[in-house]
Amino acid sequence: MQASITVSRDPSVQYLLRIGDTCLILAQRLAEWCGHAPIVEEDIALSNMALDLVGQARAVLTRAGRLEAERGGEPHDEDQLAFLRDERDFRNITLVELPRGDFAATMLRNLAIAIFLELLWQRLEASSDTELAGIAGKAVKEARYHREHAADWVVRLGDGTAESKARMVAALDWLWPYVAEIFEGDGVDEQAASDRMGPRWSDLRDEWRARFAEVIVEAGLALPAERPFRSTGKNGRHSEHLGYILAEMQHLQRAFPGGVW
Amino acid sequence: MNDALVLTRAERAWQVLDGVLDPEVPVVSVRDLGIVREVIEGEAGAITVVVTPTYSGCPATEVIEQSIVAALEAAGLGPVRIEMRRAPAWTTDWMSEAGRRKLREYGIAPPGPVAPSLGVPLRFVPRVRVAALACPRCDSMNTERISAFGATACKALWRCRACGEPFEHFKPI
Repeated sequence: MQASITVSRDPSVQYLLRIGDTCLILAQRLAEWCGHAPIVEEDIALSNMALDLVGQARAVLTRAGRLEAERGGEPHDEDQLAFLRDERDFRNITLVELPRGDFAATMLRNLAIAIFLELLWQRLEASSDTELAGIAGKAVKEARYHREHAADWVVRLGDGTAESKARMVAALDWLWPYVAEIFEGDGVDEQAASDRMGPRWSDLRDEWRARFAEVIVEAGLALPAERPFRSTGKNGRHSEHLGYILAEMQHLQRAFPGGVW
Repeated sequence: MNDALVLTRAERAWQVLDGVLDPEVPVVSVRDLGIVREVIEGEAGAITVVVTPTYSGCPATEVIEQSIVAALEAAGLGPVRIEMRRAPAWTTDWMSEAGRRKLREYGIAPPGPVAPSLGVPLRFVPRVRVAALACPRCDSMNTERISAFGATACKALWRCRACGEPFEHFKPI
């Protein structure tokens, strides 16, 4: 069994891990739909989006691993970071690790994340980290396609039959409390902002809310009220669901270290 | 004088790249796609090919890199090194006219120009506003998009209401 690696606590590395891990874990959840989506076009669409997110995660994790070395730590490559970290060292927001739910929940989560990532990538195009800026220039175009796809379905289901609407309302009630975590500020965000590496995620809150609400209203739904609950995935304290994802995602590399196709 | 004698190694490399095809759309070359940004001849005669990825997760990226190296080495232009350059991000606007024609002949609707609006924050765009596209088989504009995502990351699924045929569209990005 391959032992776990320990990852740098440098705030800039943590900032990158939050982005890379959010893409990686959402990709893993979307890939679960392969062979199970309601129609073949959606099966293909969800796999395509998972692939985009894996590509984004690979690039960002590669950058994070190199930055560890630049900051005097031990360097890690993308595979070590994806396959050899323990749950507490993953920095994705909790929202992406929740079970995929039904198709309505998958589309609503995709909408929330795609709007967020599109805003984030747009800002990161101006990052002082030129490698990250390059990754963002590509990813922003992909996030736009993901957002359009999700918005289309949220409106179609929310403004659809009694059944589809009920499912979209249930999805919104379930997922909404996990959105607030995205925009909770802390020292990692402050460091990124002062280094001009990237925006404070809290600075994206208003624009995210305006764009998300626009689709929700178009779908005939209403934003739920704010709640005091805050999930804490991006600080490494996850829901019970992440461990199962990692067990599936990591077990081959843990059992057969360095195995390749 | 034979022209081939006066070509530099870099110029010969560009010619070879005309024959390196996209594994997913094996009618357009890597030059047609616009993903080869630069060919640099090093001091010791080594060739560096600068490529840019099409999509972050495109599984063809590594195959394309291997194909480029193999083709140049087979042409006696090795050693060859691939450099990945992400910025500026690849856009379908870099695709050559010849590439667009080859796509159409292959049955894939080529990408139109990337809309200027894509560069600014976008509002939610309802399905009905997707611009009409000419069917690559019968040229009818009576077409509709089935899905924004197709068999590869770069393509969308469409169908023609006139001739009844489904077709693929190389997405502008």
